[in-house]
Amino acid sequence: MVRSRYGAGSRRPVGRVSVSRVQWWSVVWLAVVWVALWGQVSVGNVLVGMVVGILVTMLLRMTPIDFHGRLRPWGLVRLISRFAVDLVRGSLEVAVIALRIGYVPTGAVIGVRLRSHSDLYLTLTAELCSLVPGTVVVDAHRLTGTLYLHVLDVTHGRGVSDGLEVARSQVLAQEERVLRALASDAELVEAGLEVRR
Amino acid sequence: MSTALWTAVADGAAAVCFLGGSFLAFAAGVGALRFRDLSARMHAATKPQTLGLVLVLVGLALRLRTGGAVWALLLVGVFAMLTAPVAAHLVGRAGHRTGRMSAERLVVDELTRDADQAAADDD
Repeated sequence: MVRSRYGAGSRRPVGRVSVSRVQWWSVVWLAVVWVALWGQVSVGNVLVGMVVGILVTMLLRMTPIDFHGRLRPWGLVRLISRFAVDLVRGSLEVAVIALRIGYVPTGAVIGVRLRSHSDLYLTLTAELCSLVPGTVVVDAHRLTGTLYLHVLDVTHGRGVSDGLEVARSQVLAQEERVLRALASDAELVEAGLEVRR
Repeated sequence: MSTALWTAVADGAAAVCFLGGSFLAFAAGVGALRFRDLSARMHAATKPQTLGLVLVLVGLALRLRTGGAVWALLLVGVFAMLTAPVAAHLVGRAGHRTGRMSAERLVVDELTRDADQAAADDD
């Protein structure tokens, strides 16, 4: 019963959450992985991949992901391209700090309360924040939708409070990009973001 | 002629990717060794390490140039990016809960503050 309070906009009654349904997206994904592992696309590979996928999803059942959003191609492009740039920047930043002789970074753990309450967006934001500049997720509090992140170097040529604010706004901007790529209009409004066309 | 040219270009790009990837892997190693606490080390183990691996994979793909191998490399890259943050999160969380993130090295620690607050509210 608790779930429905936090799954943003979940209208499905909790008792009926697809226990007997095969999770087809997982099956397709596992089949793709299977085919990629074999390295060639053939009818046999695809069929066996589907069978393996069905077996895996039936034997190792996972909670289905509540997805009520819709894919926004333009938002998705922005999310992915920004992520690619951030990954390079983040890696170079850490590399530079690591190789600067005698420099000791000043770390901090900050809590950032995300605006949306969906598990999926919380997870995605957390994953992406771990790979982009500055932050690694230390803990996540699902009930309040709070991410706790370790910031490698808060000072970074600024004051501590400035550095903390920058880190906070980066996380929220990351969440906004996730929402603008995947969330439905209703979820955007719920998170306090304006709906752009 | 043009095939030979493309081969040379691909080999050159592969070499650049290998060098960049090894540099990042080296920096990640130095960071893991040199940073003073667990969470700072996790930064080194997630970011430069992941991009370093991705660059090496791209280099390999450019050098091997066969369909099957490229798919396998793509899978390795995708799984590295999916799992590195999760691993870092678990290590960081375990480290924080067992007090390995020494308070004197953090200028701000809102997780401990909030956890203490929650414990106080329960009493």
